[in-house]
Amino acid sequence: MNFDYTEEQTLLDNMVTSFVRDNYDWDTRCNIVKSEEGWKEENWKQFAELGLLGVPFDEAYGGLGGKSADLMIVMEQFGKGLVVEPYLPTVILAGGLISKLGSEEQKNSIIPEIISGNIRCAFAYAEPQSRFDLNDVKTSAALNGDDYVLNGFKSVVFGAGMASHLIISARTEGEQRSESGITLFIVDTKSEGLTLQNYPTIDEYRASEVIIENLKVSKDNVLGKINMAYDAIEEIVDISTIAACSEAVGILQVLKDSTTEYCKNRKQFGQSIAKNQVIQHRLVDMMIEYEQAKSILYMAVTADLSNTDERRKAVSAAKARIGKAIKFIGESAIQLHGGMGVVDEYMVSHYFKRATMIGVLFGNTDYHMKRYMTLTQSGISSSDEAISVSVT
Amino acid sequence: MDTAFSNEDLKFQSEISDFIKTNYPQELRDSINTKRKLGKELSREDLTAWHKILGKHNGWSAPSWPKQYGGAEFTPTQKYIFEQECAKAECQYIMPFGINMVGPVIYTFGNEEQKAQHLPGILSGEVFWCQGYSEPGSGSDLASLKTSAVKEGDHYIVNGQKTWTTMAQYADWIFCLVRTNPDAEKPQQGISFLLIDMKTPGVTVRPIKLMDGSHEVNETWFDNVKVPVENLIGQENMGWTYAKFLLAHERSGIAGVARSKKAIERIKQIASSEMSYGEPLIQDPAFKAKIAAAELELSALEYTELRTLAKDSAGKGPGPESSLLKIKGTDIQQAVTELAMEAVGYYANPHLGTTLSNEYVGPDYATNLSGTYFNFRKASIYGGSNEIQRNIIAKMVLGL
Repeated sequence: MNFDYTEEQTLLDNMVTSFVRDNYDWDTRCNIVKSEEGWKEENWKQFAELGLLGVPFDEAYGGLGGKSADLMIVMEQFGKGLVVEPYLPTVILAGGLISKLGSEEQKNSIIPEIISGNIRCAFAYAEPQSRFDLNDVKTSAALNGDDYVLNGFKSVVFGAGMASHLIISARTEGEQRSESGITLFIVDTKSEGLTLQNYPTIDEYRASEVIIENLKVSKDNVLGKINMAYDAIEEIVDISTIAACSEAVGILQVLKDSTTEYCKNRKQFGQSIAKNQVIQHRLVDMMIEYEQAKSILYMAVTADLSNTDERRKAVSAAKARIGKAIKFIGESAIQLHGGMGVVDEYMVSHYFKRATMIGVLFGNTDYHMKRYMTLTQSGISSSDEAISVSVT
Repeated sequence: MDTAFSNEDLKFQSEISDFIKTNYPQELRDSINTKRKLGKELSREDLTAWHKILGKHNGWSAPSWPKQYGGAEFTPTQKYIFEQECAKAECQYIMPFGINMVGPVIYTFGNEEQKAQHLPGILSGEVFWCQGYSEPGSGSDLASLKTSAVKEGDHYIVNGQKTWTTMAQYADWIFCLVRTNPDAEKPQQGISFLLIDMKTPGVTVRPIKLMDGSHEVNETWFDNVKVPVENLIGQENMGWTYAKFLLAHERSGIAGVARSKKAIERIKQIASSEMSYGEPLIQDPAFKAKIAAAELELSALEYTELRTLAKDSAGKGPGPESSLLKIKGTDIQQAVTELAMEAVGYYANPHLGTTLSNEYVGPDYATNLSGTYFNFRKASIYGGSNEIQRNIIAKMVLGL
């Protein structure tokens, strides 16, 4: 049993930490999020040079063959710097789907391009009615000769505006909420029939509404087997959820530490406000929440993710518990910063907003609580496992 | 990062579980279960029988003690496994006062004679210890304690009152914090650590009944009790240092993770039998959500404990993180005892084992669950209240 990083992981951690320190000071970040593009291509090139874009990919395609723990290291540091470049949408989410489902040809043509930083991808899965349900897909794909014709609408697609390619989930068969009958398609974002409505998010990232009207996609650009994409989508979204949790834990550390520092320095009634026990205990509770969040992240990262049930249980446990920590630490950080907490100018509100939106990403606390409960309690029935009732 | 058990760990795990299966006495299990359900006091034999069995087996009664003092000197992983297995099998827990508290103080700060006199009895479970820290006016503010020890020749004369002395009714010995220098600059500086034979004339134990009717704690009075100077641990007036060492020393198991896990498992079983709105209670969304919340908290705490243990094994000694384990561990224990009581509905009411009623009523699993809930309000108060633990973290971890 150990929670230490390997030598390679320590190097990776140091590398990402230095990147954030040297290239992502607060003013630089403010300029990036205010720019029209909402990200900085130069940073992306640097990710490529540092090898970061290859972390999760198989060595056969030029990747580093990293696991969840390696992605955790990258995302935790990105969280500390509130790095807005679309690493999670491109490398972990879309990249994960391509690695999981792509044909040899697709993998050989796309993955090296992602790793070298030449292209970015995004995954369009959510729809206005689907909320967090990955199986709820109305967008349709009908076969017409050698092409599929797609029609529908995709909501809040992160990183779509920066992407050269979109992966779109569409229904090729079955009812709107059926797990079977979902197929993935890779399309160029400039394709005819595809309209992107780009916008900034409250936490200064970028997302798009994607309108799909008679979009023609060649059979060759189907990703994986027809009708069979659901399991892979769920798995890759789970892996991406762990990455999002890692980013959140990095953010929570900054919120906890900066609030503690702020309370030490802020003077009222002639003394540091951290001298008040009511403030001290709130800070201690933030620290405890942080440690519990980090612990449950470690639980998920070290779980056997190749076992489907264990993966689902671990991911939902982590997302639900970290969601609770986000709310407590985030709201406490704002409260303890007083007026400085609620202004746009000061850093703390930006960390709070990003953490809160991670709380929503891939399903909020209640959503994952329910999934966790379904996985852990449906197995007990009153007939087989209930203990006998003996009344005397 | 790796939390998988090695083959050696797995072998160790089956060794422990086999040992428990073969050696944990069924009569002990029955005796304790019957008394628990009826809210009856456990006997000294109930409390020490398992300790004595472990004491005869490779020092397993003292998982953390070094081998040179007869302990098992388990690795952190082994300690974790050992606790898991004991909790799974619902073994009676080992009283902490000898093994976890005074034992390590004696082998760390005691002299050779003290080690030779006391360690074997602690290890074997033959000698029963209790703790003399709190006083009526010194709860959270422990350093304000007043029990005095005045040196007269080769004895200390001890006068005063200790309280909340757990299981003093069975104890052979008590380890006490006493004031040896009332004029010290700071209250912490005038305290000494003294071992006192409970049979010494002038020691009186009076029971304190808790709100569930149980008798776990006592008042212990000292009226001109003559204690040989040889019973002083370490140096005079250095007792506070040893007391702090003791409080931070034993972290493994402080959170009670394995036992809370077992308790949640039981609640799920109870909630599968109990009906609400015509369905098993376990299907009730509100109840289900509370169980799940407790499970998540426990899962996080388990990894917090593992992280702490891993740090310990890397040679980074014990520290104020134990306060975190205490706060969260007791939070969960209280949540779990509440859920168990809640699960049995009306059958939270009967108070069995009193002089007024000595018969079982209601489902077997329901007896005394409310008693346990009421009893466990103590958990966030004892061992340094959870507010004091927050003060410790604020000072020692956050530097406030």
